[in-house]
Amino acid sequence: MMNRPDDNQTTANTSELPLLDRRAFLKGGAAVATFTLAPGIILYTTAEARNIDERATDKVRWAMLIDSTLCEQGCSECVTACQDENGWGSNEIKSRPSQQAQWIRKVELKNSETGMLHSLPMMCQHCANPPCVDVCPTTASFKRADGIVLVDRHLCIGCRFCMMACPYKARSFVHETLTNQKSNAPRGKGCVEACTLCVHKLDAGDGTTACAQACSKGAILVGDLKDQNSELAKRVSKYATTQIRADLGLNTGVRYQGI
Amino acid sequence: MKTTYTQIENGKGFWSLLLLLAGMIAVGLAATFYMEHNGHWVTGMDNQIVWGMPHVFAIFLIVAASGALNVASIGSVFGRKMYKPLAPLSALLAVALLVGGLAVLVLDLGRPDRLAVAMTTFNFKSIFTWNVILYNGFLLIVGIYLWTMLEKRMNKHKDQVGIVAFVWRLVLTTGTGSIFGWLVARQAYDAAILAPMFVVMSFSFGLAFYLLVLLATYQLTGREVGDYVLNRLKSLLGVFVASVLYFVMVYHFTNLYAAEHTGIEHFILLNGGIFTLLFWLVQIIIGSLVPLALIYAPQFRQNRSALTAAAILVLLGGLAQVYVILIGGQAYPLINFPGYEVSSTFADGIVNSYVPTLAEFLLGFMGVAITLIMVAVAIAALRILPSSLADKVMDPHALVAAQAKK
Repeated sequence: MMNRPDDNQTTANTSELPLLDRRAFLKGGAAVATFTLAPGIILYTTAEARNIDERATDKVRWAMLIDSTLCEQGCSECVTACQDENGWGSNEIKSRPSQQAQWIRKVELKNSETGMLHSLPMMCQHCANPPCVDVCPTTASFKRADGIVLVDRHLCIGCRFCMMACPYKARSFVHETLTNQKSNAPRGKGCVEACTLCVHKLDAGDGTTACAQACSKGAILVGDLKDQNSELAKRVSKYATTQIRADLGLNTGVRYQGI
Repeated sequence: MKTTYTQIENGKGFWSLLLLLAGMIAVGLAATFYMEHNGHWVTGMDNQIVWGMPHVFAIFLIVAASGALNVASIGSVFGRKMYKPLAPLSALLAVALLVGGLAVLVLDLGRPDRLAVAMTTFNFKSIFTWNVILYNGFLLIVGIYLWTMLEKRMNKHKDQVGIVAFVWRLVLTTGTGSIFGWLVARQAYDAAILAPMFVVMSFSFGLAFYLLVLLATYQLTGREVGDYVLNRLKSLLGVFVASVLYFVMVYHFTNLYAAEHTGIEHFILLNGGIFTLLFWLVQIIIGSLVPLALIYAPQFRQNRSALTAAAILVLLGGLAQVYVILIGGQAYPLINFPGYEVSSTFADGIVNSYVPTLAEFLLGFMGVAITLIMVAVAIAALRILPSSLADKVMDPHALVAAQAKK
């Protein structure tokens, strides 16, 4: 039987040997993650790898802070990094562009009255009250105790109700048979998928995501919302941040600055 | 007077019909295999329009299923004698429509091979889960209901079972409407009125289906159905069609009042292209106003062709209504940034287009064929249809007059 939401299950088949070796290596110690906050400012944080047998805990809430003032129009470093990390964007050859998966996308905004421009990445907002989890008939959509919203690919029947329910269009359906998947993202025809907040990296103790690492402007910060000492928690408590469609009361894990 | 139920005779015409329906089912299964083997890239659906034509057919048939049971409920729950002989066909059609609709729904899943997962792993916060239970329960309860009607020793229980079936069907359609009513994200949905609106839609679609099946079987088998029965059912259909119109009006007027919903309303009512056309021309004019004229205009009073046409148009309008709700609701963009013009590589801020493929239609038609073949086989095998529904049997005034003559 499958492990359930608050278990240590990430996505299925995450048992890539090199990853395990790395986990073993990290098991007793701490990994050092480097964030570039702004040009010239480097922040060092420590993050611990979670033991593979250890359950995810609600003492942590993984979150993301996106500073749209740093995000450049036309730049898609985060998108490319996510594609490379999770293996989407190049192996759907038969699907029309509108059928191809997009775990993360750049959204360009223009204020209809003032003409003010914003650019920002959109992905699964990892809601505390996720509608996709509420509507899923088989519990394939689930939220881990640490706030990461995932799809259990063994339980997904491909009904797409979660895609109807997601206010952010964060989910994609795989429309064709795929090959050469990444072992950390075992994508497959007929199932729904979305941003995993690079759960395999967080579980390995990297403390960050591929998109955050790739952003040369330092517009994306990943951290633990519940850890008062984390850079993310400090910035969220200091600066005004926005949850997209906050009116829905979903309490998103992804917050935006500057919009 | 006691009603006599008999099987229909299975002559050449019957076998030809069966062959035609079996052919439609075979073609539908081939279309399913084609879509499932290749994946959904061969369909018109994508990551924006995630539910397409198969879902339109499935929801239409499922909604009609619960409504088809109404005729039986009026007899057993509300004690109207005229409806009692009509009840077995009503229950049979309800089951057949639901099976047809569910077959389409299940065969469009991304992983139909995991149906067992859907039947064994439940999330009780999901309205889909509740619908799985409600649909299965409906098949069981209406099956038992049919048994109490057909088996003499069980006859004494049929009214009680009829009440359970009636309540169950109301809950069931509420559940179907809530699939949309509880979707907080989308402009076209997130409205409590959708649940009762679906209930009323079911009254209308289900009765239209019932009338057509009744008229067709009695015509084809040379049995008599009198004006007394048809006029009652016709008046009822008129009330149901008008009620659906009322709910549609309340839904749109309420949305128009709220500034946040004027975008979707303008889209559906004014500038939504195919959706606007389907709404006004097919749903409202052809599917509602014309049937109302055919039902209530004095010149069509005893006209069976007009009644048949009205029922067909109600179904056509119903299909259009489900299409507008389902596809139109997805075509309109999600509003994540009010006051901003939005663009992205993932169709943010634009109206999504959808062109259904032939395979999707064939899967939908298969659902209708499954319904009809179930009805055809059942009325040939079981004593479901009254031998006669002529006025001299059904009309109490005619009965009294006949007795007085004696």
